[in-house]
Amino acid sequence: MTPLRLGFIPLSDCAVLVIARERGFFRRHGLDVTLCREVSWANIRDKVAVGALDGAQMLAGMPIAASVGIDPIARPLVTAFSLDLNGNAITVSTALWARMLEADRASALARPVTAAALRRVIDSDRQHGRAPLRFAMVYPFASHNYELRYWLAAAGIDPDEDVELTVVPPPRMVEALERGAIDGCCVGEPWNSVAVRRGLGRIVATSYEVWNNSPEKVFAVRRSFAERRPEVHRAILCALIEAAAWTDAAENREAVARILADARFVGAPQPLLATSLTGHLVRGPGEAAEPVPDFHVFHRYAANFPWTSHALWLLTQMLRWGQLRAPIDLHAAAGSAYRPDLYRAAARDLGLAVPEIDLKREGTHAAPWQLRGAAASVQMGSDLFCDGREFDPAAPVSYVAGFAVRAASVRLDALAALNP
Amino acid sequence: MRVMIVDENEARAGLIEAGIVAAGDEVVARLIGHADLQEMVERIQPDVIIIDMECPDRDTLEAMSYITRHHPRPTVIAVDRSDSESIRAAVQAGVSAYVVGGLSPERVRPVLEVAIARFHEFQALRRELEQAKSSLEERKVIERAKGILMKSRRLAEDEAFRLLRKMAMDRKRRLADVAREVVAAAELLL
Repeated sequence: MTPLRLGFIPLSDCAVLVIARERGFFRRHGLDVTLCREVSWANIRDKVAVGALDGAQMLAGMPIAASVGIDPIARPLVTAFSLDLNGNAITVSTALWARMLEADRASALARPVTAAALRRVIDSDRQHGRAPLRFAMVYPFASHNYELRYWLAAAGIDPDEDVELTVVPPPRMVEALERGAIDGCCVGEPWNSVAVRRGLGRIVATSYEVWNNSPEKVFAVRRSFAERRPEVHRAILCALIEAAAWTDAAENREAVARILADARFVGAPQPLLATSLTGHLVRGPGEAAEPVPDFHVFHRYAANFPWTSHALWLLTQMLRWGQLRAPIDLHAAAGSAYRPDLYRAAARDLGLAVPEIDLKREGTHAAPWQLRGAAASVQMGSDLFCDGREFDPAAPVSYVAGFAVRAASVRLDALAALNP
Repeated sequence: MRVMIVDENEARAGLIEAGIVAAGDEVVARLIGHADLQEMVERIQPDVIIIDMECPDRDTLEAMSYITRHHPRPTVIAVDRSDSESIRAAVQAGVSAYVVGGLSPERVRPVLEVAIARFHEFQALRRELEQAKSSLEERKVIERAKGILMKSRRLAEDEAFRLLRKMAMDRKRRLADVAREVVAAAELLL
């Protein structure tokens, strides 16, 4: 048995790592895994960097930020496994929700989701000289940051000028809403449901509704680990693939909720975890549960495949919001952090059908579709953005240039020169 | 230097503060995990923030350097990429430090070193305390087991102790563990 220490954050989407441990998938692949519960993404980054952890659940943006050098501490990381798609939501305080309904009821309830009603509220606040609204998310390189900004900016709200953005750790989010320290947030489950259950917030958009089947958490290791211990890395990937398939099955979701409820893992009440894990969501206090079957996607739709195009999309958002401050070769940066080749090798060991391509367009499928592969076709999910835009991974620079609201600090012509 | 300490353990925060003050720096704030950490940093404007790694609030500090254009920017210490040793030492101790403003990491490193030393010191104190507590508890349970054996088998005190020791040696167990079993068994039977 190979001993390994892997880190996770107590959120519903640590499920695949926990299931791989608790249901014996790691063991079956010769791995004796100790799961380490961590309280911050910064801890995960530092502990993986110094080798206190062999690998960890990370936000999809973290290995990319490390590979392009915008994170001061991180060592080069690679991910060959996406832990899930979707799973976050944007929740606003009940007071702000009431104002949004009053300002523009149709927009507040519209599908696809839009922040147009929020924009009315913000405009009115500005006219009356009131302080800007405060929104929280969980980490600078978190999908939550990019999803929240995407939703705001799609309605013409500048997330750096028109609202105040702050980071609040997930376990403190509900308290911050309660005290009025923030007016809204983008956070993973179970925290949105906790806010709703306590009568403090209303879910205005799920991350699925901002971008259908968007990348969320990944499993990442130091690049040196992947290079020096390729057999161990592959065994981890095989165990995770099997665990993800088990976790994703509808008939296992109640059991997943029961296992995660344990204080060693998420430590939240089982019924609360089961709500979103079984594909349901109560959007507001007193509202009925609504089916959201794709709220958590752990395996279907090639969810575990680390699409280089997902890394590229995240890079476009790092550019769009001024995190990436120097022109770089985007495809090279994406390729050094995301390793679909390693995933493919592990999936083939298990005899699974796997995408033959590393890049896919986003924003073009309104319904599930078939990706034709060399051996077998792969069932894929819808991939629309809430504003109807399309992302072509072959043209990332013009994609960034096409956003009306952006705060890019890199000259796009210099960037274009490196990305022909 | 003006130092802010964020630590969920008050006793440890006190130890760190004493160390920092002894080294000639000033502690301007001591916070237990805080939902408004960003606001506190903006208001107090410390030069350095020492934070316990068990606080989830580290991520708030991480973000301040990226998302707030008009505010102070804390950056995690040891920004020098070749310097993994001080990060390793800090991670192992369970502490992290952020520099706000333009101070060079070299100037701040002594403060971090004080914090690391105090974290270790605190760990050692806690271990000692736990050991003292458990040895007191063990002495008590051995006394009780002895009493039970004396009564149930009509033994003298030294005979009861020898019997207990023999039971432990025969089973290759610790004396206190065997004593606990004797007490548990007696409780079950009475």
